[in-house]
Formats: sequence, C-alpha cells, structure tokens
Amino acid sequence: MIAVLALALLAASLVGVSVRTRPARASDLYAASREVSPWWNASAISGEYISAAAFLGMAGLVLAYGADMLWLPIGAAAGHVVLLTLVTAPLRRSGAYTLSDFAAWRLGSRTVRHAVSGCVVIIGWFYLLPQFQGAGVTLSVISGLPVWSGGVVVVLAVAALVLSGGMRSITGVQAVQFWLKLIAVVVPGLIFLAIWRLQNDADVARTPYFHRPTTVTAGASAGIQLTTPAVVAVRGVLDGRRHHGERVLLAAGTHRVRSGARLRFPAGAAVPHTSRLALLRGDRWATPFAGGRNHPLAATYSVLLAVLLGTMGLPHLIVRFYSNACGRTARRTASLVVLMLATFCLFPALFGALGRLYTPELLMTGETDATLLMLPHRILPGLAGDLLTILVATGAFAAFASTSCGVVVAVSGTLSQGFGGGTTRFRLAALVTMAVPLVLAALTCAPQSTALITLAFSVAASSLCPLLVLGVWWWRLTPAGAVAGVLAGGGPATAAGLVRILSGQRTGWLGMLIEQPALVTVPLGFGVMIAVSLLTRSSVPAHTSRAMARMHVPEEATSERPA
Amino acid sequence: MLVTSADALLAAASAVTVGAAGWSLCAMRQHTGRGALADEATFSALHTVSVASTSLRAGLTEDSARKAVRHLRHLLGVPVVAVTDTERLLVWEGGIAHSDSTLRLAEPVLTAGRPRVIVRELDPCGDPGCQVRVAMIAPLTIDGRVAGALAAYTEKARFQRLRILGEVARWMSGQLELAELDSSKARLMEAEMRALRAQISPHFVYNSLTTIASFVRTDPERARELVLDFADFARYSFRNPRDFTTLAEELRSIDRYLLLERARFGDERLRFSVEIAPEVLPVAVPFLSLQPLVENAIRHGMECGMQRFHVRIVARDAGAEAAISLEDDGVGMDPDKLRSLLETGDGSGPARGIGLLNVDDRLRQVYGEEYGLVIETAVGAGMKVSLRVPKCHTGLSPG
Repeated sequence: MIAVLALALLAASLVGVSVRTRPARASDLYAASREVSPWWNASAISGEYISAAAFLGMAGLVLAYGADMLWLPIGAAAGHVVLLTLVTAPLRRSGAYTLSDFAAWRLGSRTVRHAVSGCVVIIGWFYLLPQFQGAGVTLSVISGLPVWSGGVVVVLAVAALVLSGGMRSITGVQAVQFWLKLIAVVVPGLIFLAIWRLQNDADVARTPYFHRPTTVTAGASAGIQLTTPAVVAVRGVLDGRRHHGERVLLAAGTHRVRSGARLRFPAGAAVPHTSRLALLRGDRWATPFAGGRNHPLAATYSVLLAVLLGTMGLPHLIVRFYSNACGRTARRTASLVVLMLATFCLFPALFGALGRLYTPELLMTGETDATLLMLPHRILPGLAGDLLTILVATGAFAAFASTSCGVVVAVSGTLSQGFGGGTTRFRLAALVTMAVPLVLAALTCAPQSTALITLAFSVAASSLCPLLVLGVWWWRLTPAGAVAGVLAGGGPATAAGLVRILSGQRTGWLGMLIEQPALVTVPLGFGVMIAVSLLTRSSVPAHTSRAMARMHVPEEATSERPA
Repeated sequence: MLVTSADALLAAASAVTVGAAGWSLCAMRQHTGRGALADEATFSALHTVSVASTSLRAGLTEDSARKAVRHLRHLLGVPVVAVTDTERLLVWEGGIAHSDSTLRLAEPVLTAGRPRVIVRELDPCGDPGCQVRVAMIAPLTIDGRVAGALAAYTEKARFQRLRILGEVARWMSGQLELAELDSSKARLMEAEMRALRAQISPHFVYNSLTTIASFVRTDPERARELVLDFADFARYSFRNPRDFTTLAEELRSIDRYLLLERARFGDERLRFSVEIAPEVLPVAVPFLSLQPLVENAIRHGMECGMQRFHVRIVARDAGAEAAISLEDDGVGMDPDKLRSLLETGDGSGPARGIGLLNVDDRLRQVYGEEYGLVIETAVGAGMKVSLRVPKCHTGLSPG
C-alpha cells in the first residue's frame, strides 16, 4: 500500500515537472535559447549523485558501525570540492562530453579511449550493483516481497524507463528529484529530532535495547549473538528446534535462527546482534575506530581517498557539466553542488543515530538499509507515521530511479559507442549494462549496499582520477603512460572488488586492502602513469600545448563575445 | 580531416592488397618451384614500398620521413640514408657521424634538381670501418619544384645503386605529390567554407534595406531597431575567426534574421515556433550551419501569395548527440528533383538546394559521412530538414 502510494506520488511529481519543464513552444527564440542556470544544473547533479545507497544505506552504515562511517558522507561532499578545484572548468573548456571523449582528445589515441571506456563500464557496474541490491531491500521491506523479487522488479522498472527514452538527461526532472529527496530527509529528520528531544525516553549510552516489546522476523537464516540472557517468545526454528510461541530463555552467546522465525522480545531487553556485526556500547559506537573493524585507521584513509578522488570518475555526473555554457558557470555549478550535498549529508548520520535508539532490531536482522523506512512508524505510530513513510519511500524511489537510470544511460552510451552507436545497439547495451550487476547481486555475499558502493569509487579513484588530474595539469603525460596507469590502478582495484563481492569478508591487512584497496591502488595508478610517461618521453602528443591552452585559458580571453 | 584519413585508409588498404598479392604470387611460384628467389625479391621490394607509402602520404615532415626511411634503407641496401627538405635535415637513419654535412652536400642538388654522387668531399672521420665514404643524392620534386633530397651513403659508388636511388626518389616524389593533392583538396574545402561564411545573401541585404526604408517614416523607432538587428546579424556573419559557434549563438543569429524577415512579410504571414532543450544550447556547431537552412526554407518554401507560412525549429537532447530539425509547411519539393539537385550540386537551376548542399557538405566534412542532412519533403507537403550534431567536437584537432 505504502509502496503504491509512494510510487504514485513520485510519478505525479515527475509528470508534473516534465510537463512544466518540457521545452517551451515559445515564439520568442531569444527566450528559448536561455541556457541551463548553474543553480538548476547543480540541483540536477546533486539529484543524480544522491543514490539509493546514499539515501538509505548511509543511515544503515552509521547505525551498524558508528562514527567511522561519517567519513562517507563527508567524503561525498568533499569529493566535489576536489572535482571543482582540479577538473570541472578545464574539462568543460575542452569541449569533451564524456570521459572517453576527453581521453581520446587529450592524448589523441584510440587505445587510451578504449581503456577509459572499459573503466567507465566497470565503474558503472560496480555502482549499479549496490543500487539494485538496496532497491530490492527497500521494496521487500515496504511490500513484503522477497529480496530477489524486489531486485528484479526494480531492474524491470529501470529497463522500462531507460528503453522508453524517459528519464533521459532532462535537467528539470533531475533537479526536482533532488529537492524531493532533500524534503524527504529534512522534514522527517527535523520532526524525529524534535520528538526525540521532547520524549527524551531513550538512553543513548547503553548497548542498544528494545524500548517496547518488539517482534523481530528473521529474513534469512543467520547467527545472532547475545551479551545478556533474555526471555523471548519464539515462533519458528531456533537453534535447530521448532517452537510455537512459547517463551524461551536465551543464554548469552551465539544462537542460530532459521529464516522466517519470529522472536518477541520484552521491553528493555538488549538487542542481539547478527554475528556479522560487532556489539558496541553507545559511547564506543560514537567514538572513531572502535567498531571492531580491520585496521580502522588505514581503512578510513582508504575510504576517504576513494570517495574524494573517485567522485570525478563517475560517468553520469561528468556529462552533466556539459549543460553549462562555459568553464566559469561549470565551476559555479560545482560549488553549488558542494553546498547542496553538504546539506543533504547531515541527515543520514542523524537517522543512523536515531535508528540505534528506535529500530535496534535491524542490528539483529542485519537489514540496516531499512533504517530510514522503519523509523517513521517507530517514532510516530499511526497516520503521521504512514504519511512520513510515504514521503521517505518516495524519496527512496526517486533516489533509486534517478541514479540508476543516469548510470545505465551513461554506461550503455559508452558501450554502444564502442560497438558503433545507434538506437538498437544502445538498447542492447542497456540490457547488458543492467544484466551484469543483477548477476553480481545474486552472487554477492556482502549484506549492505553502501559497503559495496565504495568499490565503484575505488576503481574510479585509481584509474580515471590519475588520468583526469594528470591529463588536465601535466604536460608530459603520454598515451602509453595513460594506458599503463589506468591498467595498473584500475586492474587491482577491480580485482579486489570482485574478490570482495564473491568471497565475503576477510580479516587482517589483506582483508582491509581487499575491502578498501584505494590506499594502495591510487598511488599505484598515479605512480605508474607518471613513471611510464617519463620513460616514453618522446611520444608526448604534438598538440599538447594547444590542448593545455584550450583547457586553461578562460573562454573570455580566447574569443571576443558580443555584448 | 576526413578526406585525408579516408585516403590514408585507402593507401593502407592498397598496401595490404599489394602485399597480399605479392605473397600469393610468391606462394604460387614457390609451388611451381621456379624463380622463387627473384619473386621473393620482388615481393619484399613491393612490400617495403607499400609500407613506406602510407607514411609519405602525410607529406614531407620529420615524422613521415623518419617512418618511411626506416623501410627505404633496406630497399636501397645502403647503411645510411638521409632525407632533407629545402632548409634542413629531416632524418638521418643509421649511425650518427657525418650527419651535419648533409645539407651542404645536398645544396647543389636542391638548386639544380639533378642527382649527384660525392666521393671526395666527405670529411674523413678516421674510422677505418666507417661506411660513410660515398654519398649519392637525388632530388625529391613536387610538381616540378624541388622540395627536398634523398641521400644514400655507402662505401663504394655503384652505377646500379645510383639508378635504384633515382627510381626511389622518383617514387617518393609521386607519393609527396599525392600528399600535396590531399592537402590542397582540404584547403579548397576550407576556402569554400570561408567564402560561404562571408556571404550574406544579396537578396537578403536588398530586401532588408527596402523593408527598413519603408518603416523609416511610418515607424522610425522600429526602423532604428531593425537597423540595429541588421548590424548585429551582419557582425555575426563577418565575425568569428573560429569555425565553430554554439547552438545558442546560432539561434540568436536566426532570431535576428527572422526579425528582419518578419518585418518584411508581416508577423501574421510568417510565423515560427521553437522547441529547444536547454541542455543542447552549449553544443558546438559549425558556424552558420542552421541559418542557411532557415533562409532556404523562407526563400523557397514560401510561395508568392501564400497567406501563412510556419517555420518550426526543434532541438532535442539525444544522449551524446543533439538532434535538430527545421520544418516548414511551404510548397515543398519533388524528392527526385531535390535528389538530382543535391547530387549534381548544380547551381544553375532553381537555387533551392545550394544552401542545403553546402551545409550538408560541411557537416559531413566536420563530423563524418553519417552526419549529413536528412531531408523529408514532397510537393505541397512542406519540408523537414533534420541533422544530428555530436556534443563532443574535440575529435577534431584541439585548439
């Protein structure tokens, strides 16, 4: 019901917007030829950037792992600062539309173009994987469908949107979606905050506990661990024995629940954690590096590096800057994006903290992605909760649709360009683009969608970031160096990502590096690119000076514009 | 440039064909067991020649000379080969010593245009194993003018070798002439483009001025505005040293053009509507690529006595391209007639088509063969001209 209402709301708002922002049938050419303003374009970019993973998953991660995860939203906003400082304006002045175009133009080599296109496709797949997974979880939480069917429904929806040509790159639609998403977090966020402060019934410092009697249904067979014994009413299979609603005393330690088992906990009982998550007291949860993760300091630096530098390699964002008329407006757009994202990113942390107080059973089921969707009902039962859930679900669908469609369009554009272009090839490429992450999602062992989103950032940061930064700022970059650097950085990052998806968590340094490879692969990418370029010094493209001049001299200085 | 690259492709393809033919010939002869050695030599010579010709088609530059000479050294069977143009040494292949004297030795060849053998003038380097003892230099000519020299150095002068050198130099000259042809073809296209750019239709100038004149007394304010529009339009057409402008600016120029035309025909008779996706406004388009299409529609689609004429301009965002179309509800044209007009490029008939043809040529030249105009028309059914423009235009040379 909620899902239907949320979808209806989203559809209505988008139809309304697309009617209004459809190119006006003006008879005044001058009015019709007004370009997209930085503000509007920045909204569209932010709209495409806030994915389902950021919208839902970030709160879940904060809930599960605590303060360490705050680096993700910080990195997300800060990544745009790096993008703004180093890349935006020169890239816009170059006139390139996609990253592949830029590489081919700057280095005058088809091989470089193919290498970059390959990276773009891999990044797109890694980016879509958590989107599909997160959307599947969302749908299953609010509709009760199994997770796999949620994923399939969602892929079908994206396929329909992309193949029908809707959700193309209409700036207005994307911009409105951003504001929709922002409202969908700001309004509930402020309301929850007020209610929490007024009721003041939750003790933050304790290990998470149930405030009121709560029934938890295990979505999948899993191990749970208890710190203190608890008396629980069980219906279903627990520790290999079937129960029919009788009360059972669970001793401290690890127990196994079969999928579908329902456990009713009394108020005040400590929340058991799924065996994948460490138990954290409130004060430790709020302290960095206390989450029981592998080498937390190095992992944090690695995540930060990946998100900071990887933002510039996201294919669907880069093409948006093309809508700006010149380098200067592109830069202004990027700075507005920073502000917009920074505003948005305040809220996932808030929801994570509130989730720890009001929806702690997610720590037991492990479906922490659902935090934001379950909070409204817990904090405000009744109609108000329903309305807020609808609002949040609308935002979640908007987040999902805009990002997924943007990435699918960008990646299949790149793929079909490699096969020669054309509408039929584009559609075929779109299907391939969606099929690969769907298969990966079926094979993956990782539970949280956002944990996987750093994969795409790691690959982007270690392959496309060196190429872009050195391509824009370094005269001596050669085609051979670019290809070598992209392969040396992107290859290991991709391999680490695949291992992470297919073989689950590991421990120790190796585990840390597989989970967050950026700390090694980014310097590797930069190093190899610089070293090979210096070795092949003679093959610096002949047009480098002109290319540099075009990227770095402001447009106003190169052409006289009529007033 | 598309033309050059197509020719290079052709050259490469022919090189492969020559190679393949030589190889199969060689294989056949080997099969029969006779003359295999001679065929092998023929094949390797032909192969070398065809490989070297690809690089020479880029003209006589340091880069092309270096690539070609690498192969030619084997063909000539000499240890050292050098190529100069009229001013400097372009490449010296094989060893390092003696390279500085080349230009001095080649000087008489460059002025007289005749081959020369030099035995005594070479500076002895004292190395008994030095193979640079005799220089044979032959001129490279393009259209009868000496453009450079090919020099071969050996230990002993031999008449046979000199003849081979002469033939190779002649063949190189042929290739360089072809390269010159390529570049002059491109220059011609460019000149045509510039001519078109500088050209505002004289009809338009005359009509605009008479229209403005008619307003001078009745509505001086409007006349003043129209004069300013005319000036702006003219400035746009004359200005711009670069070959590209943005779609937004092109549309602004069309706006001024339409203002003048509407003043002439009246707002009721000439109507237009536009539908522009704001995302495609910054797309770079060849200068004056849309305005001639509008002008064409009005000049030829609008028949005398027509009460209403409607022009519609649509620009949509289509992924990596912008899709632009211009539609009018005028008299249209017989498709076969239009086709023959466009194919012959004949300017003598009804002038409709010249503007189209030129825009079509330029689009194909800039973006590639698949980016030409698509025209849908029939007699009495108006005309729709569609074109696609890739958003990224950096595929051209940067700058």
